[in-house]
Amino acid sequence: MSQLEYKVKFGKLESLTDTPTHYCAGCEHGTLTRIIGAAMDGLGIREKTVAIDSVGCSVLAYNYYNCDHIVAAHGRAPAVAAGLKRVHPELMVFTVQGDGDAASIGLLELLYAAKRATPITIFLVNNAIYGMTGGQMAPTTLEGQVTTTTPFGRNVQLTGTELDASKLVAAIDGAAYVKRASLVVQEISSQRGKVYTIKNLLDAKKSVENAFKVQALGGFAFVELLSTCSINWKMSVLESKRFVNETVVKKYPLGLYKDVFGVEGQ
Amino acid sequence: MCGNRVYLKGNEALAYGALEAGLNAYFAYPITPSSEIPETLAKEFGNKKYPEYKFFLQAASELEAINMVMGAASGGARAMTATSSPGFSLKQEGLSYSACMELPLLVVDICRAGPGLGNLGPEQSDYFQGTKGGGHGDYRLLVLAPATVQEMALFPRIGFDLAFKYRNPVLILGDSYTGQLKEDVEFPEFTPEHYDVSSWATTGAKGRPPHIFNSLELDYQKHFKHIGKIFEKYQRAQENEVRFEEYHTEDAETVIVAFGIASRIAKGVVNKLRPKGVKVGLFRPITLWPFPKSQLKTLASKGKRFLVVELNTGQMVDDVRLAVGDGVTVDFLGKWGGVVPTEAEIESKLKRLEVVAV
Repeated sequence: MSQLEYKVKFGKLESLTDTPTHYCAGCEHGTLTRIIGAAMDGLGIREKTVAIDSVGCSVLAYNYYNCDHIVAAHGRAPAVAAGLKRVHPELMVFTVQGDGDAASIGLLELLYAAKRATPITIFLVNNAIYGMTGGQMAPTTLEGQVTTTTPFGRNVQLTGTELDASKLVAAIDGAAYVKRASLVVQEISSQRGKVYTIKNLLDAKKSVENAFKVQALGGFAFVELLSTCSINWKMSVLESKRFVNETVVKKYPLGLYKDVFGVEGQ
Repeated sequence: MCGNRVYLKGNEALAYGALEAGLNAYFAYPITPSSEIPETLAKEFGNKKYPEYKFFLQAASELEAINMVMGAASGGARAMTATSSPGFSLKQEGLSYSACMELPLLVVDICRAGPGLGNLGPEQSDYFQGTKGGGHGDYRLLVLAPATVQEMALFPRIGFDLAFKYRNPVLILGDSYTGQLKEDVEFPEFTPEHYDVSSWATTGAKGRPPHIFNSLELDYQKHFKHIGKIFEKYQRAQENEVRFEEYHTEDAETVIVAFGIASRIAKGVVNKLRPKGVKVGLFRPITLWPFPKSQLKTLASKGKRFLVVELNTGQMVDDVRLAVGDGVTVDFLGKWGGVVPTEAEIESKLKRLEVVAV
């Protein structure tokens, strides 16, 4: 266990490769890749970091992060991460998972990694849908939301209500850091008309850094990041960003759900 | 443990054998009749005699356990899990990914009666699942079949060796009998072979390009080549790793083919009939994959006939028939449901086949 310190670095990020991302226009996965890369650089952990890639839109992460990778089966990333971390406690091990991966098929793996206070870092990208498979209902899909498997809108009487992953993980005593942030820029009015603020992104960046710091201190860290999926939501990029800022955040409020080590205030 | 003669259950012997073979990490989910393996390894965790033994964890599911083994193996550790048939079905996902990603790991299946929950009695009905690549896609496991508690103790050594040599999952396929049977066992001095994992282990990309374990390849031509390369490796294993035991086969007219616990019953029959002048022998595959095809073919070419005895409805018998080819008599005696054939039953089968005079 050790304390990580963030140092601002300039120039090209060492933790990212030169490969352009495959993500759709307006998708925040690329934004998160950049934020994680910057955190790895800033915290100086690239050379001891192993990414466990999950199944979904995040699966090609091995093309983007300039570190060791294992591509896990659907939902199993936290278990693979735990296995590696237990034999190499000196490593920093993280996963980027989607909501289908972590909150549906891999819920057991996620909850037990938290339950055992496994010192790993999990980033869950919540875009309320299965993106890679073409827009099916996820556990996080909002009530009434139209997807390819809920063509008349999600019926919560049949499918259950929306799964709040942050609340669920925070309820587990092994979790040390649980935060819900957003990767979605916000429109604000100004004298020059509508402009966009990256306030959310700065908070997401801080959360990502904190999640690595918590792992270095020996704790289980979980950050849920709200994101859009304009293609599968059948919305324009702008409409989808508004949808997150106006509707999704009401169901999934942003905020700090748990911070056992008190890293957030530092 | 080394050098001492001890009286152990097969499962306990396997656990100590794994420790002697340099086990680093064990992850498992309990299931009868394999649970003495995690119980023994839980008890020995922290024992200074095994400084390489770094981690023990009871996982929340069979899936979690195999994926933890995969994570540890990617870091170059000697990692293992054990289970029994219903659990082995759940391991298939991880084994498929591991074969494709070329992860070295050791899995033990103490086979019980199936399908479904079946019962706790011995069966050899996971033969297909073990030897044909039980998960999705095209791959094989290297499969060792112990017949004695002594082999349960020693096969982890061979298992880890093969896993790292071929960078592929290895299966030790026992059954309720080999797992539960108590016998005298010895642990001869042993230094595990050292394998340099620095060219592939995910230990942090310091001063080198990243190491990536990945079974996803969207370029079909590249995936075609990758699987081809894995099967070249399997070809090498087929040429170099076949293990078997022959017992009175030289002058035998009839050769009983059996593995694991079935082979011990068959050996009893051979011992009983030989003094009566019956020319019967035993051929025991020790590696179920690679299967000793050419050795059986050679025996067939000497004009011998075969009786395959298995604790299932007939699985290995297919491989025996493929190995010996057309025109060779291959008979089958199977017992399943946890029922084991007696020596008398094998003998009466030989009588019906007119191998033994009535």
